[in-house]
Amino acid sequence: MGLSAFKRALWVFHVATGSCNGCDIEIVAALTPRYDVERFGIRLVGTPRHADVLLITGPVTRMMAERLKRIYEQTPDPKAVVVVGGCGSTSGVFYESYNLVGPVDRIIPVDVYVPGCPPRPEAIIDGVVKAVAKLEKLGAKV
Amino acid sequence: MERNPEGENLEYGALEEVFEVPIGPIHPALKEPIRFTFQVRGERIVDVQIRTGFAHRGIEFMGMRQGRNLIQILYLSERICGICSVSHPIAFTQAVERAAGIEVPPRAQYIRVIISELERIHSHLLWAGVAAHELGFDTLLHLTWRVREKVLDILEELTGNRINYAIPIFGGVRRDITPEQYPRVWEAIRYYRGLLEELLDAFLRDPTVEARTRGVGILEPKEAEELCAVGPTARASGLRKDVRQDRPYLAYSDFEVKAITPADYGLTPVGDVYDKIVVRLLEVGQSLDIIEKALENMPEGEITSFPKIPALLAHLKKAEGEGLGWHEAPRGEVIHYVRLVSGEESPLIWKVKAPTYSNLLSWYPMFEDQEVADIPIIAACIDPCICCMDRVYIVRNGKEETWTKEELLRLSWEKTRRMRR
Repeated sequence: MGLSAFKRALWVFHVATGSCNGCDIEIVAALTPRYDVERFGIRLVGTPRHADVLLITGPVTRMMAERLKRIYEQTPDPKAVVVVGGCGSTSGVFYESYNLVGPVDRIIPVDVYVPGCPPRPEAIIDGVVKAVAKLEKLGAKV
Repeated sequence: MERNPEGENLEYGALEEVFEVPIGPIHPALKEPIRFTFQVRGERIVDVQIRTGFAHRGIEFMGMRQGRNLIQILYLSERICGICSVSHPIAFTQAVERAAGIEVPPRAQYIRVIISELERIHSHLLWAGVAAHELGFDTLLHLTWRVREKVLDILEELTGNRINYAIPIFGGVRRDITPEQYPRVWEAIRYYRGLLEELLDAFLRDPTVEARTRGVGILEPKEAEELCAVGPTARASGLRKDVRQDRPYLAYSDFEVKAITPADYGLTPVGDVYDKIVVRLLEVGQSLDIIEKALENMPEGEITSFPKIPALLAHLKKAEGEGLGWHEAPRGEVIHYVRLVSGEESPLIWKVKAPTYSNLLSWYPMFEDQEVADIPIIAACIDPCICCMDRVYIVRNGKEETWTKEELLRLSWEKTRRMRR
């Protein structure tokens, strides 16, 4: 996918649902000069109401499940959901716990899964780019 | 600190009533969920309640419920925290090694020390960048995170991963440092040596950083002692408290680690945010010293006393006893306690005490009588390993206002601008 595919700047909101910080710091690493996604217009915003893409990390703890749903509802359509990391995609190492209700796709619909524990920043960028493709398809329908 | 709501000297809003300001649990800058409920009068914080537990995954329970063996639990321990992802395994392996009577070869101890000091460099640079961001100094965030990539490259070179290194295993380490890798580690050390002065200059001699952090979020030495603060949070208040110095473990006794306080930089420790920056940046230099010494004096020999995993598992299954493991993580002392019973693959008891748990209480005196605009930097200054806020609801005269984290940051940035004038 070339750069022409980016018809508009993508704004991303990051939700940690009980993650270990590994994916979260890799998301920030993707924003800082080595990977620098801001040159594509991808930037982290402070509220889901401004976001096109939700980046979700973590295995979803009981206390975060309701809040995750609320954040999903607050994000305006068209939106794409990207799960970053193994524990958000499949629960990973976190299984058989009393306090986990994940993985994320049990709570909200997911479009892109980025595996890895944690995934490299390149993989996270790739996941967001795949989300762009989905958003463009949705945009074409409207 | 004495609370005196009647006679307080407030700069503005002296006679306004007290409002409640909840912050959290979702907040994009601090990564992990936590909720603060502030009582504010005007711009001043009167009181704060902290609600934790949003990131509780029940890791100890998962380890103890007799479904996993100790090596599987080792990977679980690594995922307690992605930033201290070698600190927890180091404490956990030590606890199990003490319980099962396993010796660690000297070379493996040196490799563990090198990896954990590299991790400290990456963690402290990460924190320095986040702190700069909270002050509205994004240039400095990008500068520190750019130079941080170098240590991640070295960690990837040595361990195969940028984060979650999977290096310690019971009885040793999983990867050796090969002769070809030495020059690259040395090159990284020289890179950071040359850079440290520049970083100290950018952070400590910048008038804006000084204006925003001096006298903000003070933790008095007595309070730090009474609240059992650990790590850089305690050291910034002048307590010479460092597990590597007080109870040396692994090969740390070879390096004569001394706890660093702002006094080593010629300052009188106050315990404010500025002092915390000083301590963390100086510790980057200290870690470089330790890695240099470790590379120079690296002993030859085996890297693990159990090269065969089935033999290790069989030994662990027979083991009976209890053990305590500790480590000075970048944020302070981490302790793992393990009790093994013969014939069981999982431990009977596994207890973890992470550094932020000890440091949480020191937030209370730090927040007292501070401005709302200083909330982001004070929340960040203990380097919390739990995330925080997304939006602030302010109920003023019965009318709800929603503050996003951006607006809080805007407040913080405006304050910086005000002070620059």
